[in-house]
Amino acid sequence: MTLADLQQNFRSWLITGTDEVATRFGAGTSAGLSVYQNNYRTQLMGCLEQSFPQVRGWMGEEAFRAAAISHIDDHPPHSWTLDVYAQTFPATLAALYPDNPDLHELVWIEQALSDAFVGPDAEPLSADALAAIDWDTARLTVAPTLASRPATTNAEQIWTALQEGKPVPEGAMLAEPGGLIVWRRAFGAYLRQVDGIEYEALIELGRNGSFAALCTLLVDRLGEEPGVARAADLLAQWLTHGLIVGNG
Amino acid sequence: MMSTSNPRFSGYGLGLRREHYRDFLETQVPVDFVEVISENFMVEGGQPRHILRQVRERHPVALHGVSMSIGSADGLDRDYLRRLKALADEVDPLFVSDHLSWSRIDGFNSHDLLPIPYTEEALDRVCANIAMAQDVLGRPMLFENPSSYLLFDGAMSEWEFLAEMARRTGCDLLLDVNNIFVSATNHGFDPVAFLDGIPADRVRQIHLAGHSQGRDMLIDTHDSPVCDDVWTLYAEALAQLGPVATMIERDDDIPPLVDLLDELARARVIGAAREQRVAA
Repeated sequence: MTLADLQQNFRSWLITGTDEVATRFGAGTSAGLSVYQNNYRTQLMGCLEQSFPQVRGWMGEEAFRAAAISHIDDHPPHSWTLDVYAQTFPATLAALYPDNPDLHELVWIEQALSDAFVGPDAEPLSADALAAIDWDTARLTVAPTLASRPATTNAEQIWTALQEGKPVPEGAMLAEPGGLIVWRRAFGAYLRQVDGIEYEALIELGRNGSFAALCTLLVDRLGEEPGVARAADLLAQWLTHGLIVGNG
Repeated sequence: MMSTSNPRFSGYGLGLRREHYRDFLETQVPVDFVEVISENFMVEGGQPRHILRQVRERHPVALHGVSMSIGSADGLDRDYLRRLKALADEVDPLFVSDHLSWSRIDGFNSHDLLPIPYTEEALDRVCANIAMAQDVLGRPMLFENPSSYLLFDGAMSEWEFLAEMARRTGCDLLLDVNNIFVSATNHGFDPVAFLDGIPADRVRQIHLAGHSQGRDMLIDTHDSPVCDDVWTLYAEALAQLGPVATMIERDDDIPPLVDLLDELARARVIGAAREQRVAA
């Protein structure tokens, strides 16, 4: 057996664990093969458990474990880092629970927080830089760790309650759809649920960086005076939260 | 172009684990070096890299990887090497090490240290991969003997493979004394024969760790203190190797730092006793 053949057979053993594959390694190898099979599955299960502690708490141990086993069976890891393996789990949960938008949003929150925790560093826009900005031509840069998605459920309240060990609300649809945003400031990863206008405004700013275009969007949505006022409020809030990191 | 050789460094260290970050940042931990798992810091930014920079200001740091997959039949992952190189350039580490094992084939990654057959074909492949890694990193690496639970038919013993690998590539060795004990027990070879068979002058670092008894064999779990048999084997190793950088590895059921420092003190005592015998 060549080295490549041996390694391909070993891969088949780890993924399938079938007797047919085990026999390719000859007599006296079953105990060792079992150790490696156990290590492989334990490692992947541990990765998913550590990556999604609140999803695990929300789903319950039995349902989470069944979903994780299904994921491990169907999605062998490909990257050198287990961080990438965790990133593929939300799609499995979405397929297993297609009618649970609260779960989809909850698993997105945990994944986004993990990604933000080790995402690129950036300095928030300084007060000096802020004073020098020409707001008519200003192009602003959002934090490189900013991630966002539409919010249709109370997943943010669920995640927060789970995280803080408080009574967890039942899953519910929001009266008005909004957005979820996650970003990192200094070394802390943060989560906020925002209303539909702020969500749209932040996506617009991330797309082209133009404060003038942001004002135009909000004036279009809210009218002249309320639109400009909301743009100023949002910008002040984003600056305070470290969501704006520089102007290009 | 590969540059300098690995330094001879005979201090005592610990693996840096999250549970002890605060100790290392806020107190003067009495270690001569720390070892970090490279992959935990091969990230774009955030707290892990910040902590590593702060620890590096206080201690020499060894980078120890688990994902290079030096035995892969289809070569090394260039993205992995690029990221490791960037980390090494920033840290200026004491050593860069990984394991004599494989984890990746045809785009599949097991995230485990899988055994290599000790054949000429595997030796050629491993040596070609080491040459590439050392070329990218610009420095000689250390490779560690893993614990194994399966022994393939091969032309060589593990120690013969390690010796020839070091001779051909110029790499150095990281001797995991616990892994020698675990593999020797599981496969029925003499651990002293292992020590006799490796090139003593190429060993730059020693790992000590705990293991546990599985259903059919010993398992390298790093979840318990170093056992007496492994301490005895460590003393044998030092008698042959002389002073070598030594550290305690603990990855699960991690105790307070003071417990690991107590274990490290035992290593220091064994090292000092060896030096006294030599001096006498």
